[in-house]
Amino acid sequence: MPESQRNIQQKHDMFRGQQSTLIQTHSIGVIPPFQDGARIALENTQLRRNLHKATQTIRAKRAAVVDEMPDWEPLREAGRALKQRVLRHLDDYLLELEASVQRAGGQVHWARDADEANRIITDLVRGYGAKQVVKVKSITTDEVHLNNSLQSIGVEVTETDLAELIIQLADERSSHILVPAIHKNRAEIRELFIRKFGLEELSDSPKELAEAARLHLRRKFLSAEVGISGANFAVAETGTVCVVESEGNGRMCTTLPPVLITLMGIEKVVPSMDDLGVFMQLLPRSSTGERMNPYNSLWTGVTRGDGPQHFHLVLLDNGRTRVLADEIGRQTLYCIRCSACLNVCPVYSRTGGHAYHSVYPGPIGAILTPQLVGVENAPSLPYASSLCGACYEVCPVKINIPEVLIHLRGEVVRHQQDHDGLRGRADPENVAMKTLAYLFADPARYERAQKLGRVGQWPLARGGSIQWLPGALAGWTAMRDLKPMPKQTFREWWRTTRG
Amino acid sequence: MSTGKEAILSSIRAALRDVPAAEKPSDVPVSRDYLKHSETPREELVFLFMERVAEYKATVRRVSEEALRAAITEACHMRGVGRLVVPPDLPQEWEPESVELLRDEGLSHEQLDRSDGVLTGCALGIAQTGTIVLDGGEVQGRRAITLLPDYHLCVVREEQIVGLVPEAFAHLAYTVGEGGRPITLISGPSATSDIELSRVEGVHGPRTLEVLVVG
Amino acid sequence: MRVTLFITCFNDTLFPETGRAMVHLLERLGHQIHFPLEQTCCGQMHFNTGYQREAVALVRHFVTVFGDAEVVVAPSASCVAMVRDLYPMAADLARDPTLKAQVAALAPKVFELSEFLVNVLGVEDVGAYYPHRVTYHPTCHSLRMLHVGDAPLRLLRAVRGIDLVPLPDAAECCGFGGTFAIKNADTSMAMLGDKLSSVLSTHAEVCAAADNSCLMHIGGALHRQRAGVRTIHLAEILASTEEAAGL
Repeated sequence: MPESQRNIQQKHDMFRGQQSTLIQTHSIGVIPPFQDGARIALENTQLRRNLHKATQTIRAKRAAVVDEMPDWEPLREAGRALKQRVLRHLDDYLLELEASVQRAGGQVHWARDADEANRIITDLVRGYGAKQVVKVKSITTDEVHLNNSLQSIGVEVTETDLAELIIQLADERSSHILVPAIHKNRAEIRELFIRKFGLEELSDSPKELAEAARLHLRRKFLSAEVGISGANFAVAETGTVCVVESEGNGRMCTTLPPVLITLMGIEKVVPSMDDLGVFMQLLPRSSTGERMNPYNSLWTGVTRGDGPQHFHLVLLDNGRTRVLADEIGRQTLYCIRCSACLNVCPVYSRTGGHAYHSVYPGPIGAILTPQLVGVENAPSLPYASSLCGACYEVCPVKINIPEVLIHLRGEVVRHQQDHDGLRGRADPENVAMKTLAYLFADPARYERAQKLGRVGQWPLARGGSIQWLPGALAGWTAMRDLKPMPKQTFREWWRTTRG
Repeated sequence: MSTGKEAILSSIRAALRDVPAAEKPSDVPVSRDYLKHSETPREELVFLFMERVAEYKATVRRVSEEALRAAITEACHMRGVGRLVVPPDLPQEWEPESVELLRDEGLSHEQLDRSDGVLTGCALGIAQTGTIVLDGGEVQGRRAITLLPDYHLCVVREEQIVGLVPEAFAHLAYTVGEGGRPITLISGPSATSDIELSRVEGVHGPRTLEVLVVG
Repeated sequence: MRVTLFITCFNDTLFPETGRAMVHLLERLGHQIHFPLEQTCCGQMHFNTGYQREAVALVRHFVTVFGDAEVVVAPSASCVAMVRDLYPMAADLARDPTLKAQVAALAPKVFELSEFLVNVLGVEDVGAYYPHRVTYHPTCHSLRMLHVGDAPLRLLRAVRGIDLVPLPDAAECCGFGGTFAIKNADTSMAMLGDKLSSVLSTHAEVCAAADNSCLMHIGGALHRQRAGVRTIHLAEILASTEEAAGL
């Protein structure tokens, strides 16, 4: 056993059974408006081209492998129902999972929020005396900004998924759940690798770029003392944790280093191995558009003579119980992070992920982020959708995303009306909506408004169309003419001809 | 001072106020109308398995029991494999000729990394998805041996092939229950689509996967 | 059949020709049309924009006006989707079990025009004549909330004289989305731009749909570009005959 691993064994015994300490939830700022990010992204023609190509490709792949499944709808329904079952009894399933993992030789930690998760993991890494950590792609670790915490204690953190590596080297943020570097094309990646790996020659063929990453990372895999992963699923009954991946970096990180730490959202638990079999059919086809992704690693605690001998599972809340408390929003926690909703979304496929200002972009992000951080901190996200419903149609666990979006819009408005005082109530949109609701609630008032509208529009109508509108409505006439109100409403015609 | 565990459990219970106290998990209906068993005849399953493995750009061949050793030898020679890692319980009748065998009795990661390939059996094959399942059982060894070498030659016996994913998981539930052995599902060689969604075979795991179906 | 017409506030005020077409069409098919003048708005814009407490009053009003109808037909998939899919949520929000029961009783009787014709009446050939090159945009709510499927296309295929051309990427959202078009004007325009390219690539003279709101959005841009393509509601095509072309 090498020196570093022997130290780890000694330190490990010291840490056994250590309780995590209380950390207050830190306050979260308001996320910048989606519209602002979208405006910038929409201007970027290179991004638009990259996104269009990538989302169209993956849409077609998904459609082909879903269409060949005769039992796709029953599988979706089973997936949805299983998630519902788990969430309604989440406390029981987590306790069962904890007991199973402990029985299999792993340790379980509970983290209320990002700070606590970071504290637990950095304490573990420090405790093992580790200097190098290799990471499997994990959005949950991105959610808590784990890399920053590890770097702050002097640990070298290496992202090993190709796309995550690209993002890390470029010092950028992920823009897609499955393909974080979807916004970059091969030429951009080539330039980055040449600069960062100090290479003299490199073509822009994806094969050669992948080879460069293989060589760069192989040394890291062999020398890292700790592997860190997320979890796609964890089986309560057996304590088995599952990581789904393609490149083999997940296998490397969960097999080679002597210590493995897994950070997992509390909603990722599934009851049994049979149930896992349902999700293992839904996820790959929805996500990468494959019948099965190249590698799935399942481990149960620790196994003598095979892989890491120290395993820690960190269970993370960080706002999830807040989502759970909302009876309509709860279904958001069914999400298995496949990203099918991103690829079919007409908004995402044009703006990309950065406009959402969250590690969870796209339609699922538009409902998950506001619930995790509070709608008052992300009021623009529930509106970042035309409610076209394409996301709901492809969701492998049948999350009714449009329904949750509409519900959250209600929460945004109610919060504004009830908590923003006079400013909230005097908001022009609020005044307009309240006025219209008052007019529409009574047929006589409604008809008077129709007549007034016809009079009121005359300064705007030019040659049979309206080409300019004031204030907030200017967005309409920036690209579209508006037909003026005709001389006779339908009800006026009905009265004269049928009344 | 409350611990994270107590705090999270109490938040969960508060969040689930609408769930009746008497409700049990099994009270939440889960309809399982998806396919659980394949009706496809065995011979067709074998063909389907081979076809789907091949679609991942893995090499797949069918050989008879008697020709297995020769097929292994030939595969090693074709690939130029000089040092072949094998699990400790490799049957003698699989041993290829004129290839140096590195029997895994505690090989270091560096030794595995410097080898030319690895030969194993498997626990299962799944026809529906062209997947090979390793569960650390007979002739499979530990996980690292099928990970670090750049070439994986895998022997699948016809009778190990099941039709559907649920059939495989029913079997795995048993494996996991037995003693918690780790499981790896392998569908083709390692791959990435991270650059413009264009698929490249071979990243970190073995870049070449070759499958011999025996029977 | 006694058909109660829900014209929708939008069509009543801005597109009366669609309402007139529905009346002509359904009368031609031998139905008795009833139009309760007390009707106003279903509350969709309010509800979908988040002004849900405000929408509840409109839900109550709708239920009062249409509660006794045998069947309610509307020329708008999104307004029908509001009644069918979102009224139960509004009743929950109001914590009003009576309203919830009323909504549950009413919702299955409310239909969008094309699904009413094809699925309820079992009619595909309505005897229409429309000698123009037409492309059809299936609106999101008709496709993915009401699941009307190919009902509108079946009706259009049976129209005499029509030159029906398929729209590329038809199922993609046009970018309207109600107040989305105002609140996220830039993204809406990006989506609209692609929809226009699809429409123009068909060399159609007319772009039809089952919702005037999406058509106002698509048509407004076609008009601004002087593209030489006009938009028309499906009902108006189906109402056209050789005797009374255009109405």
